[in-house]
Amino acid sequence: MPFVLSTMVAQTVVFWILAVVMVAAAIGVVRAQNVVHAALYLVVVLAGAAAQYILLVAEFVAWVQVLIYIGAIVILFLFGIMLTRAPMKPDGPLDNNQRFAAGVVSLFLFGVLTALLIDAYGDAPQIHPKASMVLKGSPTAIASSMFRNYLVPFEVVSMLLLAALVGAVVIARRD
Amino acid sequence: MTLNNFLILSAFLFCTGLYGTLARRNAVLVLMSIELMLNAVNLNLVAFSAFRENVTGQVFSLFIITIAAAEVGVGLAIVLLIYRNSRSVDLDQADQLKG
Repeated sequence: MPFVLSTMVAQTVVFWILAVVMVAAAIGVVRAQNVVHAALYLVVVLAGAAAQYILLVAEFVAWVQVLIYIGAIVILFLFGIMLTRAPMKPDGPLDNNQRFAAGVVSLFLFGVLTALLIDAYGDAPQIHPKASMVLKGSPTAIASSMFRNYLVPFEVVSMLLLAALVGAVVIARRD
Repeated sequence: MTLNNFLILSAFLFCTGLYGTLARRNAVLVLMSIELMLNAVNLNLVAFSAFRENVTGQVFSLFIITIAAAEVGVGLAIVLLIYRNSRSVDLDQADQLKG
């Protein structure tokens, strides 16, 4: 029993460290006055999310997150920043004049969501990552669920990717 | 480590992304804020997947990651086109469709 207890305490401590880092970096993404710094803060948030997935025994999703988000999407963002020649020192502010209203709206939404979640799941039992969940989060389990139950959505997503690929090339082509 | 820890963290990430989407002028930064919101949804799905010990949430989060990749590709292509036409990615100036 003490082993289980100390594992749970360790998981909680790791969760809070990751949560604080993610919250700070998320605020950095929306507050940074330099576009490249915002992209680097985004990397921190995405890596923190991948670490949370590992904490939740979703190993495959965690590595897909690292590969696709940090490996591909952030590089795409950096290319976008480079091609739109975002100045290192911006001449105008990066925020518009709706900052106050946007802050009110998102704080209100956060308050409503928090109240709702505490009301709905406040007495939910703890999440116990167990050895049996390692098999459930394995690529084998995900693949068999995806190809048995969600084959049609899988094919639809592959067509969507093809359409997005062709569409991006057509839109960005120079002629 | 309760379910609510993860849900409230992801609610915070979502609201931060919403703030960024509403308050930023640079189109690339708006796309980054949208990524924050998509990540919040993914965290929710994986947390529920661990809570219910059911793999479906992870399958759906993989679908969302795929769609986010497609969205960023098309979105950045549109931003590049806006930049090429008006030499600026300021969304407040991209009002050609305004009546």
